Amino acid sequence: MNRAEQEAAARRILAQDPPPVPAGLYADALRRGTRMLRRRTLARRALWLLLLAAAVAFTVWALTVRPWVQPPSQTTPPVTGW
Amino acid sequence: MRERQAPHGTHRDREFEAFVAGAAGRLLHTATLLTAEDPQHNPGACRLLTLALAETYAGWDRLRGDDPYDRTRQCLAGRFAREAWHRYGPLGRTRRRPPGVLAALAPHERLVLVLRLHEGVAEEQTAALLGLPAERVRVLCDRAVSRLTHPARRPAAAVGGSGAVAS
Repeated sequence: MNRAEQEAAARRILAQDPPPVPAGLYADALRRGTRMLRRRTLARRALWLLLLAAAVAFTVWALTVRPWVQPPSQTTPPVTGW
Repeated sequence: MRERQAPHGTHRDREFEAFVAGAAGRLLHTATLLTAEDPQHNPGACRLLTLALAETYAGWDRLRGDDPYDRTRQCLAGRFAREAWHRYGPLGRTRRRPPGVLAALAPHERLVLVLRLHEGVAEEQTAALLGLPAERVRVLCDRAVSRLTHPARRPAAAVGGSGAVAS
């Protein structure tokens, strides 16, 4: 038996006896799919909210602390020339 | 936002229902071959297919012209590969012998055989889908074919007579 014949025989074995589709399959898939979709939407929304909250918190912190302003010097500069 | 989504949702539901009505039979056959269960009693295959269909439904709007059948088959194969790995371990040996026609084959052999011969996926696509080199897919497929046809020489003679039903 050559390769093509073997594959044809295997195809025949695979194709025999297809199972009947149970009645509740579509409803079940729809239910689970809807739940999956809702969960994904919620997760995406939560992540966006988190991102927004982080941005707001960073802005508030930056405006109150002003890290870009040079801090006042701790030592008095040497007095010269008077 | 809810009012805007509602008609879109029902449209999607209709499309999905038509898709399931057309493809569920063939996909369930594939899933049953993968799990090597009895065609009349296949809770594992039904579960696998339900989850794959649910995943397709959840990603329906992001399909963008892709074939939903391909997508579902991809989900099915990926899910089966992961579950087989977890259930049977890396060696892929079955503990209990399932009653289906492919029961003698290891899960990954079944996966390659079903994708290549039953679903007619090209060798390169199967390799990409499973993350294996194409040569490995060919070797697995050849081994599975010979294991399916050779030890079953006696039953295969009976099967050969009913070859007209092959799709």
